[in-house]
Amino acid sequence: MTALVHKITGLLDAAAPDLATHLARNGPVPWRRSAALVGELREAGLTGRGGAGFPVWRKISTVAEGRSAVVIGNGAEGEPASDKDHTLLVRAPHLVLDGLQLAAEAVRAAEVYLYVPIGPAADAVRAALAERTQWDAMPVTVVTAPGYFVAGQESAVVAAVEGRPALPADRLELTPRAGVHGRPTLVQNVETLAHTAQIARYGPAWFRRRGTAEEPGTFLVTVSGAVPRGVREVPIGVPLGELLAGATTGLRAALVGGYHGTWVSDLSTPLSRKALVPVGGSIGAGVVIALDNVHCGLKAAADVTRYLAGQSARQCGPCRNGLPALAATMTALADGGGPDLPERARKLADLVERRGACGHPDGTARFVRSSLAVFGDEIARHQRGTCVARSGR
Amino acid sequence: MRLHIDWTACDGRGLCTELLPEVLAHDPWGFPVPRDGAREPAIHPELRAHAERAVRLCPTLALRLRETS
Repeated sequence: MTALVHKITGLLDAAAPDLATHLARNGPVPWRRSAALVGELREAGLTGRGGAGFPVWRKISTVAEGRSAVVIGNGAEGEPASDKDHTLLVRAPHLVLDGLQLAAEAVRAAEVYLYVPIGPAADAVRAALAERTQWDAMPVTVVTAPGYFVAGQESAVVAAVEGRPALPADRLELTPRAGVHGRPTLVQNVETLAHTAQIARYGPAWFRRRGTAEEPGTFLVTVSGAVPRGVREVPIGVPLGELLAGATTGLRAALVGGYHGTWVSDLSTPLSRKALVPVGGSIGAGVVIALDNVHCGLKAAADVTRYLAGQSARQCGPCRNGLPALAATMTALADGGGPDLPERARKLADLVERRGACGHPDGTARFVRSSLAVFGDEIARHQRGTCVARSGR
Repeated sequence: MRLHIDWTACDGRGLCTELLPEVLAHDPWGFPVPRDGAREPAIHPELRAHAERAVRLCPTLALRLRETS
C-alpha cells in the first residue's frame, strides 16, 4: 500500500475503466463507519468540485442528521467549455462509484442515484455498475441528464430524480435538509465523490500533499480557447500562466470558472479561492478559457452573454426578460454602440441578480460585470470605431 | 421576518409592489424588485399586516412569509 500511496497522486493517474484494473490499481472499496469518513474529509479539507466549493464534510454531516437520506452523484455538465466530469466518468467510473457508495454509507442513505448525461458517460457508468454488483452495498439508479446549461443546478437535479423535468425549482429549504420528496439529500459532483474515495483509501495527509495548506488537493480543469482543449489534473494554487503554458500566441486574459465565471488578466494569479475571491472569481467547476490578444474580448463576452440568455429555463421573469436585454446590450457594445451602454449593462446585471430560483442570473451578472471591468480598454476602442481584432473592425 | 418570492410562480402582475411599496419596487417588466437588494427582503414588524395581505392576494401564490430565526 505504501508504494501505491507514493505512486498515485490524484484521480487521473488512478483511473481505470474496468473493475479488474481498478481493483489492481486501487484495491476494494475502503468501507468506513460514517463518523470516520466525515472526520477524514474534514481533516483533508475537501471542497465540492462542482462549482460552489462548499466543504464536503459539512454537507455530509447535515444530511446524516436526517432519516431516509438520498444521495445523488451529479455528473451533469451543461457548461459547454467543460469536459472534466465526462472525462472522469468515462476513464474512472469506479472511482466515482466507490465515492458514491462511501457517501451513501456515511449518511445511511435509503436511495442512491447517479445523474449523468446520456451517451458515453451513461454507458461507462452502466457498464461499471454491472461489473460491481458484488461490490456495492447500495444499488445505484442511473438517471440521465439533459445537455442544457441549468440541468446541473441542484434543484434541477432533485427534480430529475423525482421524475420531473430537470429544471431549477423554487426551494424554501436547503437540499441537504429537504431535497428529493422532502428527504435529506446529498447532491455531490462526481469529481468530489472520486476525491472522497481516494481520501478514504490513502488518508487526509496524502490528499494534503498537493494543493495549498488552506485549499488542499488537486482539481480537474478543462482548458480551451487559445490553447488546445483538454482536461488536466492540477494542484489547487497552480498559477494560471503555468496551466496555459501551451499557448502559442500572447494571451490577453482567461475566463476562469466557465461562462458564469470571471476574466483574469494577470496570468500569475494562482488558481485558488484565496487568490480569486479578491478579483471576484472562483475556480468554479474548473473551466479555463484562454483569450489571445488578437481576438476581441468584447465580442467573446457578447457571444457568451447571448448563449447564457438562450439557456434561461424561462421560468423566472427577471431571467427570462433581463438576460436577453443584457445580451442585446452587450452585443450593441461589441458592435460599437453608444457611450451609455456599459452603464446600462451594469444596471441590468444588478437588476437580475438574486432574482431567480437558481444561480443562472447571478452567474450571468457576474460574467457581464467582469467583462465590463476587464475589457474597459476595448470598450473605448470600439467607441472610436476600432477593435483589437485584426480581422474585425 | 422575510418575504420569500417563488420566481418560478411569479407572473409580474404587480399587486405586491402596490401593497408593499416600502419593500418592493418593480422592474421594467413588472416583476418585483426587493428594495433592500436581498434575495428574501426583510419585513419590518409594522409592515407585517401589509405583507400578509400581499401573500394572501398574490394571484399566482408566489409569496410566502418566513420567520427569521
